[in-house]
Amino acid sequence: MPIRLVARQTHSRLMTWLTPIIALVLSLIAGCVVFSLLGYPPLKSLYTFFLAPISDLYGVSELFIKAAPLAMIAVGLSMGFRANVWNIGAEGQLTIGAIVGSALPVYFPESDNALMLPAMLVLGVLGGMAWASIPAFLKTKMNTNEILTSLLLVYVAVLVLSTLVHGPWRDPGGYNFPESVVFQDAAVIPGILSGTRLHGGTIIALLVVLSVWLLFSRTVAGFQVRVAGLAPNAARYTGIHFNRVIWYVLLGAGGLAGLAGIIEVAGPIGQLQPIISPGYGFSAIIVAFLGRLHPIGILFASLVLALSYLGGEFVQIKMGLPLGIAGVFQGMLLFFLLASDLLINYRVEWRTSRKFDRARTD
Amino acid sequence: MEAITTVELIMLTVVSAATPLLLAATGELVAEKSGVLNLGVEGMMLIGAVCAFVGALTSGSWMLGIIAGAVGGVLMSMLFGLLTLIFLANQVASGLALTLFGIGLSSLIGIPFIGLPIEKLPTLSLPFLSDIPLLGPLLFSQDVLIYLSVIMAFAVHWFLNHTKPGLVLRAVGESHDAAHSIGYAVVKIRFLAVMFGGAMAGLGGAFLSLSYTPMWVEHMTAGRGWIALAIVVFATWKPGRVIIGAYLFGSVTILQLHLQGIGVQIPAQILSMLPYLVTILVLVLISRHSTRVKLNAPACIGQIFHPNT
Repeated sequence: MPIRLVARQTHSRLMTWLTPIIALVLSLIAGCVVFSLLGYPPLKSLYTFFLAPISDLYGVSELFIKAAPLAMIAVGLSMGFRANVWNIGAEGQLTIGAIVGSALPVYFPESDNALMLPAMLVLGVLGGMAWASIPAFLKTKMNTNEILTSLLLVYVAVLVLSTLVHGPWRDPGGYNFPESVVFQDAAVIPGILSGTRLHGGTIIALLVVLSVWLLFSRTVAGFQVRVAGLAPNAARYTGIHFNRVIWYVLLGAGGLAGLAGIIEVAGPIGQLQPIISPGYGFSAIIVAFLGRLHPIGILFASLVLALSYLGGEFVQIKMGLPLGIAGVFQGMLLFFLLASDLLINYRVEWRTSRKFDRARTD
Repeated sequence: MEAITTVELIMLTVVSAATPLLLAATGELVAEKSGVLNLGVEGMMLIGAVCAFVGALTSGSWMLGIIAGAVGGVLMSMLFGLLTLIFLANQVASGLALTLFGIGLSSLIGIPFIGLPIEKLPTLSLPFLSDIPLLGPLLFSQDVLIYLSVIMAFAVHWFLNHTKPGLVLRAVGESHDAAHSIGYAVVKIRFLAVMFGGAMAGLGGAFLSLSYTPMWVEHMTAGRGWIALAIVVFATWKPGRVIIGAYLFGSVTILQLHLQGIGVQIPAQILSMLPYLVTILVLVLISRHSTRVKLNAPACIGQIFHPNT
């Protein structure tokens, strides 16, 4: 082969931030190919997918509404990924957070107590943490792989939600639809921009992401998590407890996913339904990687993935394309990112002649 | 011939619930034995399912359908191999990407085919043997993928433990550096193992859309790819135990369906949780004995191999 890979001495900071852009460009090109294969005009489709949805204020506000849960979940997951803890069950933690937080308006539908909403948010966080504590417990006490347990618990969580909205939590006045009561005003996050659906949850998300960043970069716990991932042996020698790190990151990620869940149902949705997320918990994994496991990067990456959801809906409505196209785009984006991340740790060299080879080995 | 009894019927359904898991888990076991953890089984199964369905429906041949399913799975696994073995990407992240991509792509491919009927895979009855009461229909009157699933599990056992290429594959999974230094093509061997895993996952998906429920439904694997991954751990990387694991999970699936069927006073959703909960429970029971898992797990699983480093 005329190409060979040479390991870099240290990983390239430039490439760390350049490869997401490379991946994005490659995904756009591949997107053109996919649209052509499906028999749609590629450039018009790309425009409809990526630009038309955010061409007015309402569109931009929708973008922020979708980016908020993605950013919150991704920040939580990124701490775990840094410590080599692979929580891929954020979708389940989101769901349980939404359920636990919704218990208040479901059982007290008349209450207009001002503490209702804050209490719901707290319960949402606790619900997500509780669900994430299952894989944490099984990992630390029972040595069980957190990837599989956290993922399998997603299916369980979604079935718990389904049980509730089809059964005990179904709105008695709801014509037998599998939905809870519509939350009263005191249990709904107020809007912040008239003419749009933008709500206070988006601001909460932004504040949460920034404060997690501070916690992660300024506290001992955050330091321990980073060391555990970067240099496990050094961490062991310095007395960092791996089990404690596992608990930190799983509870952190679970709490944030739970918060995202309750904000979804108390914000844009306004009640419990059988499906409350289009897969934010999974897409947040892509957001975390695209954002380089860094909170600021994650804020930008969450906008990209939010756009892929919006674009997917747009091409479905305007051009009749199937909604699955959003998932295909998200998958391709992660593929290209993972592939181009090679450039962070390796340099690509063109082998021009045999002499060059010999010179290197001498 | 006497009518099929309820017991026979239940056992037949257990077999069909176990088969997709057995196919996918056997394939994943080979990939993992070579040192590659491919978490994209769910995605490969879905692509296998949709390709098999589209292939069988458009060609009118179930054989071509099965082949299309396997090819779909292989193509997906090659994408994974390219990422992790050539571009040296993180295997966990790449596997997740494969699953997310597979869910999206399969729904895209399958849109025009939702709700279309297809003839179930024909059963191939072996003469005389299939007339044995009770065991006959169970063992000797099944469709080709069911036979194949069991044959492949035994074949993989034989290959890994009694052939030289099998030994080499295990060596690559135990220590890629040692295998490389004595001249084995680590990347090539792993790529082939990953492709085998893809083909088997594709066949598992093909069984779902051609035989188990002969139709295409979005996300019809419903987590079976993840359960297959758990079965490999449950089996402590031994093909014979994969059969036990797959049939155990098949039984749980059928048990909950029958409980729903006879009208047990438990919400259907709670019964539907059973397969996932049992998977977690079994994983916990196996993993508690950390030495047992460590002794059998391929030592290099999930690690990136680059000869120049």
